[in-house]
Amino acid sequence: MMTGYKERRTAITLIYHVFTFFFACVMIYPLVWMVMSSFKNTNEIFRTAASLLPETFSPTNYLVGWKGFAGYSFAIFFKNSFVIAGLSTIGAVISSAVIGYGFARMDFKFKSFWFACMLLAMMLPFQVIMIPQYIIFNKMGWVGSYLPIIVPQFFGQGFFIFLNVQFIKGIPYDLDEAARMDGCTVYSIFYRIILPLIKPSLVTSAIFSFMWRWDDFLSALIYLSDPLKYPVSYALKMFSDPTAGSDWGAMFAMATLSLVPIFLIFLTMQKYLVEGIASTGIKG
Amino acid sequence: MKNNQTPPKRKETLAQVLNRPKVAGYVFILPFIIGFLAFLAIPMILSLGFSFTRYNILKTPVFIGLENYRTMFTGDPKFWKVFGVTMYYVLFSVPLRLIMALAVAMLLVKSTKLSGFYRAVYYLPSIIGSSVAVAILWKRMFASDGVVNALMKVVGLPGDIAWLGRTDTAIWTLIILAIWQFGSSMLIFLSGLKQIPVSLYEAATVDGANGIQRFFKITLPMLTPTIFFNLINQLINGFMAFTQSYIITQGKPRDTTLFYTVYMYQNSFTYNKLGYGCAMAWFMVFVVGVLTLILFKTQKLWVHYEAEG
Repeated sequence: MMTGYKERRTAITLIYHVFTFFFACVMIYPLVWMVMSSFKNTNEIFRTAASLLPETFSPTNYLVGWKGFAGYSFAIFFKNSFVIAGLSTIGAVISSAVIGYGFARMDFKFKSFWFACMLLAMMLPFQVIMIPQYIIFNKMGWVGSYLPIIVPQFFGQGFFIFLNVQFIKGIPYDLDEAARMDGCTVYSIFYRIILPLIKPSLVTSAIFSFMWRWDDFLSALIYLSDPLKYPVSYALKMFSDPTAGSDWGAMFAMATLSLVPIFLIFLTMQKYLVEGIASTGIKG
Repeated sequence: MKNNQTPPKRKETLAQVLNRPKVAGYVFILPFIIGFLAFLAIPMILSLGFSFTRYNILKTPVFIGLENYRTMFTGDPKFWKVFGVTMYYVLFSVPLRLIMALAVAMLLVKSTKLSGFYRAVYYLPSIIGSSVAVAILWKRMFASDGVVNALMKVVGLPGDIAWLGRTDTAIWTLIILAIWQFGSSMLIFLSGLKQIPVSLYEAATVDGANGIQRFFKITLPMLTPTIFFNLINQLINGFMAFTQSYIITQGKPRDTTLFYTVYMYQNSFTYNKLGYGCAMAWFMVFVVGVLTLILFKTQKLWVHYEAEG
């Protein structure tokens, strides 16, 4: 009797794992296919689309793809992406921490009004404001530079402000009180007490900010016209245009490379990503 | 610090004024206020003004009253076409993605040695799914000689479907891409599921409820706040989808995959009709606002909040 029950449990567990594992393979298959195809010869990719492994692993696509197009190599595009994503992330993380502290710990007039504005900014997607913003930035003469992409990040990002507010509210107020007794101002409390304690939410903000900015394609499409300034995302799009001649092997190679930074973050920082999503319902 | 040790004066020093929470609060949120006004509020208000003009970026805007809105609603058949396409996309991709997310979350809530691995694999597509790299990949996967057809041939299905060329299948390649990215919703559901008290299930089992009953009587009602939150978020995001349509299908064939945002982009930047673009942006605000409002109004009917917050 006992063994029969146990056997059935084992069978159920086995079915569970077979099913979950098989479905996981289906989910990941497109990515694996792309990575594998990036090592195939271009004419082999579609002739042998159904088979996963290349006949021979060849790095040719990477060498060809890295040269980029029209004399601009992917080294330039990767550097640009790191500059844009890096500066944007620094701006977004610092400003959102400062603003989050203000909302979480200070009592001031019209606080709930400004908090509502913050929620509105958080919910309002970029697509809605892109044209109005373009008109403003065009008037300011910023179009064609990185300024319209980077500068707004220095004024706080809704999701990260929200994340910080939640986090700071979880820190006991006694700490602030004790520091005030010792003669700290609200500014030094922020810098010495709060900032070190909200490291997890700063890291989470930094990860999401970097990933979003790295992936961002729309603002480059709108604001940049000089290939020297293209980030990887936009360069890939230009690279894949039929006019540039379709070398799918090289394209898959560069597409794969463009995902490497995101993938590394994913592997090393998964804990923060999962917690960030679970606690705020942030979009991934 | 120093200013606390100085004897009280009638007039506060600047440092003391700045240290009052009422003032300090504004100092801290000042970046937000500036950013909100400069990059959001003022542009939006200006664009409302521009939506009543014929505006080409090189010339000064000419006031034409409600002409843009009249063209939009009655003189531009493409407008309603892209609106319909986007609605269709949202209507199918959002519920299907949420159902998928919930189903997989139910699967992964059981903790095993492989849970971490499964969670990572299911979550990965939603992290990279909106990138250009994946858009390019998708375009090639669904090409006539792509991997989807090739694999269909392997299992004996007709592998000669022009997925991206047919008016009935092209939009579904985009919907499938959206469903594929269910990972972040899944994580939210997963943490929601873990918060449901085990005692509820125990009590239900004692009362003789089977698995299906437990799901519909306990799991689903307890998750409704999570579902509600997800629904609003995804609805807005679904309506804003751009990259997929712009790169994978370019609106083809015959505009059956032309998304609202892409058409808005084309009007503003390709045809240089910024006034019309502004009108379209404002109509989008209106639609998203109304949909959100409707959802909020209906939440009393189906969203279950516990008495204790």
